[in-house]
This record gives sequence, structure tokens and C-alpha cells, in this order.
Amino acid sequence: MNFKKVWMVPTFATLAVFASACGGGGEESSGSGSEESSGSGSGSEESSGSEESSGEEGNGGSGDIAIDGSSTVFPIMEAVSEEFQQEHGNIEAPVGVSGSGGGFERFIAGETDLSNASRPIEQEEEDALEEAGIEYTELELAYDGLTVAVNPENDFVDNLTFEELSQIFADGSDAQNWSDIRDSWPDEPIDIYAPGTDSGTYDFFSEEVLEEGDVSREAQLSEDDNVLVNGVAGSQNAIGFFGYAYYAENQDSLKAVPIVPQEGGDEGIEPSQETINDQSYPLSRPLFTYVKNESLQENEDVVEYVRFLNDNAGDLAEEVGYVAAPEEVYEENTQKIDEVVNE
Amino acid sequence: MKFANTTVPQEVQNENAQRLSKRHIWNKVFKGVCFAATAFSILMLLVLLIRILTQGIGFLDWGLVANFASRNAEDAGLLAALAGTIWLMMVAAPVSFILGVGTAVYLEEYAPSNKFTNLLQTNISNLAGVPSVVFGLLGLTIFNRLMGMGASVVAGGLTLSLLVLPIIVVASREAISAVPTDVKQASYAMGATKWQTIFRIVIPSALPGVLTGTILALSRAIGETAPILVLGALTYVAATPSGLLSSFTAMPVQIYNWTGRPQQEFQDIAAAGIIILLLMLLFMNSIAVFIRSKFQKRF
Repeated sequence: MNFKKVWMVPTFATLAVFASACGGGGEESSGSGSEESSGSGSGSEESSGSEESSGEEGNGGSGDIAIDGSSTVFPIMEAVSEEFQQEHGNIEAPVGVSGSGGGFERFIAGETDLSNASRPIEQEEEDALEEAGIEYTELELAYDGLTVAVNPENDFVDNLTFEELSQIFADGSDAQNWSDIRDSWPDEPIDIYAPGTDSGTYDFFSEEVLEEGDVSREAQLSEDDNVLVNGVAGSQNAIGFFGYAYYAENQDSLKAVPIVPQEGGDEGIEPSQETINDQSYPLSRPLFTYVKNESLQENEDVVEYVRFLNDNAGDLAEEVGYVAAPEEVYEENTQKIDEVVNE
Repeated sequence: MKFANTTVPQEVQNENAQRLSKRHIWNKVFKGVCFAATAFSILMLLVLLIRILTQGIGFLDWGLVANFASRNAEDAGLLAALAGTIWLMMVAAPVSFILGVGTAVYLEEYAPSNKFTNLLQTNISNLAGVPSVVFGLLGLTIFNRLMGMGASVVAGGLTLSLLVLPIIVVASREAISAVPTDVKQASYAMGATKWQTIFRIVIPSALPGVLTGTILALSRAIGETAPILVLGALTYVAATPSGLLSSFTAMPVQIYNWTGRPQQEFQDIAAAGIIILLLMLLFMNSIAVFIRSKFQKRF
């Protein structure tokens, strides 16, 4: 008797769940019929004929608009999707976070309509997209200022040039102590904090400051920018860099270093809403999204979303800690969108 | 007898006593080391719990489970993530239970002991040590891309069930091999076939152990972020999954995203989210404890 009772518990549980799984299974098989073709389509990426179907089916029922990409751009997209869905309740616009590079991978495979990036698209990615027959439109959404910060107790660093930044951060540089950078600075070792190598922030810094070189091996790298903030805030000789939002939220425990523009001049420019917006801050960087033209031409919902995005990205970006781009940028975006839609 | 009568010389006695006290000291030292190890891990756990509780408890409210994610921390909630996690478990639980117990029964009761079986067993143990990201990549290539499921609930559930399968197999095998041979032989003696013996004697007696193992394995699956992120799970979704092919987000993914935000408020609700996740884990583990105590000690 007792055996039977015990046996019944999981049997029923399993049966119940399995039955519901099978019920959904029907749905699954009906869905995968159309997906099979798109699966093979993305396998042989050049066949542009099947690309058309993969555009719509490739995201396997994952909402009406497929968005993925950079974690830096994510807060803006989250805000836009949130607002968008309040107005258009029937259109789903979920957002994934695969990173700038990971997002482009999915974009190339034809799985997404919009791909967010915290850096411009790379040549390799452009080539792959061309090979896959995917045309796209680049839209600038907002600006972020890569902020170089030191501990607030550090009273000697009042500005840094690109050359000095490179001396501090570059791998293989001889500078170990602050005194190696400028003679008047103390003879204390430099503590370096930097984002992980997978992040767009790292790529941007490497490209702009280190001439594609790597950040010093002695640096503490972390994918979590809050770890960098805490590191710099906790060590008197520390220096680190991260997105402007992380500095803006922690102004009490960090000191932003004014950066001297590469073109010369000896005035350092501090990151702020204004200097990032007018791009006078030398490490100001645009944030992008890349839209698949085909989606713009064939999916009304995507057009609706992208127009909404362009109208609201600036304001919403400011709300989540970034800086709006100048008005001309959004006007230019509107033109680009119109051109593609009316093609 | 011979030794009992001989008187032990004084110096030997002294030496013995010395050795004995040395052993006693070692005994105490080892006991101390073991106690310190236990105390250390429990202390760490306590620190972690207290930190999470003090940070998050104030932000625990109904909105946190009833709202979708939002850019405003005050409005942000875990509804989509909670639903996503429950859907994942609904797929992962039956699949991993059936496959895991099936494998365990085969290996314990049917498999001949030859090189192939050995190879199989070694590989299952090795599989338990494979980093979870690798399972995510497997899910991405096979379930998401090759089988065309997309980054859906069913793909996520299958990936997680593969991840915990080895744990379930190992736990189930132990439970099955612990069933006394006498009972099985008694069953055969009564004329039962192998199938009848396995189905009516072996599995019911092993069930408490099997279920405990399964639930503990699923508790691990519930906290996994890496594999479902790699699979392509979303982060912002303003809808609960409507079917097996719906896209989804899960609790750990949402919490991970919140902890990475610059704003302090998001880190606070992340702590509150962790408390909810811990409560779910605690609930699952208490089911395991309940099953074990209720149905144990049959023989």
C-alpha cells in the first residue's frame, strides 16, 4: 500500500507536466515547420532567398521585434521598449544583452531586427553582413563619456593628456609609479582598474588611447563596472575608466580627471552633460543601434518602433544616465529612416 | 597471555604514555581544524545572508513580483523573470527526471559490466564537472539554431536539464544501489520478473533518494545565469511566456542585470530579488527534506 502511494506522487506530477509539455509540443512542431527553412537559411548565409523568411521567423515567436546587443545601450532600449509598449500594447519589443559583438553575430545570422552597439560596426562584421545579404541603417542614439576617474584623496592629478593615459594604461609601458608620469607627482605605485576585454568600453579605450594596444596586465579587470568604481573609491593611488553613468552616480567617492584633447591645448576638459553632448570632451563616444533595412521595409511594427526610438532616445537616455545627442543627429536619423522606408 | 604477565619496564611505559598523549593532541588538532572549516563556511554563509537581507528586505514588496522590469527602480519588478523561471522548471523537471532516472536504472540494473559501461560511467561523472557555459553553447548550437527552437522556453529548459542530468544520474544510482539485495531476491523468489522487481520494489524504495537528488539538482538549475544568457535569453521582456516557444527571461538574468547598473536603487532591488530567489530555493529544498524524512527507513 505504502509503496503505491509513494509511487503515485511523482507519477502524477510527471504525467501532468509531461501532458502539458506534449500539449505545447503540437504548437512546437507546427512552429518548427516554418523554422526549419530559416534554420538552414542562416546556415548557408549567402542564399538571400531564404533570408526573407528568416527575418520574420528566425526569432521563433520571440515577440514582434527582436532587439539584442550591447549591455551599455541596454538601459536606453529598456526604457524605450517600456514606453513603447505602453502606447502599443499589442507589439512586443523585448531586449536581449549579448554584448556589442554577440549582438552583431545574431544580426548577421538574421535573427534580430535591431542590433545595439557601444562602438561602430567593424569591417569584419560589415563584410559578413554583406555576404549574408543583409543591408542595415546605422542610427546614433545618444552619447556616453568614457570617464577616467581617480580617488577623491588624489589631489595631484588635475588633468591628463592622451600620451599620459597611454603611459599609465598601456601594456608594456615602463611607468610603474605616479612619479614616472610627471616628476612632481608622488613616488607611489599606480593601481589600475579597467573593464573586461569583452566590453565595448575596453575596445573604445584601446582604439582611442592605446592605438589598438592592450591594457596593462597588472590592471584589475572586471566586467562589472561597479567593481571598478569600488576599486577606485577604495584605493588612494587608483585610476580607472568606465561609462559616464557610473561616475555620475558616484560623484562623492570618485574624482573625474579632465582630459586634454589630442589636438593640443593645455586645458583639460572634464566630462559633463554639456561637454559630452557637444563632443568637446575628448573621450565622448556615440552609442548606436543598427536596423535591418528589410525589417523597416516589410514590418510596420519595426517602422513604428524605430520612429518612436528616434523621437524618445535622447530624453530617455538622459533619464538612465547618458547624454542626449545634438538635435541634428536625430533629424539626420529621421531622414535615413524615411529613405529606407520609402525605397 | 604471555604479555599480560610480563611487567613492562618503566621507560617503555613512559614512552607509551608520551606517544598516547601525542596522539591525543593530534586528535584535538584535527578536530579543531575540522571545526574551523565548518565554522568558516557557515560564517561566510551568514555574512552573505545578513548582507543580502539587510540590503534587500526593505525593498521587498508586492510590486517586485507583480510588475515587469522598468528603467525606474521603484516600478521595476520580476514578473517576467519569475514566470520565465517557473516555465523553465516545468520543462527541465520532467525531462531531467525521466532521462536521469532512466539512465540510473539502466546502469544499475541492466548494463553489463564491461568496458563500454565503464566508459559511460566515467563520462557521466566527467559531465558533472563541465562548466555551465559549455552547456549554454551546446543549447545555442543544437536547440536554438540547429533544431530551430530559437531562444525559447523549451530550448532553455532542455539546456538546463542537460546541465543537471549528471547530478540526477549520480544521486539516483546511489539511491538504487542502496536498495538491499535481500529485498530484490525476495521479489524474484516470489516469481516476479525483472521488470516487476524494478518497477515495484527497486524504484519505490529508491524514490526518496532519487527525488531528493532531483530537487537539489533543480535548485542548482534555478540559479544558473551563464547557460541561459549564452543561449540567448532576453533581459527585458514585458510579457510572461505564453507557450513553450515564447522567448523568456529568468530570475538570475534579471538580478545579474540589476547588480550591474550604476544606480544604487537597482542594486537594492537586486538584493530583494535575491531574497525571492533564496526563498524559492529554500522552498524546493524543504520539499526535498520533507520527502526524505517522510518516506525513508523502509527496511
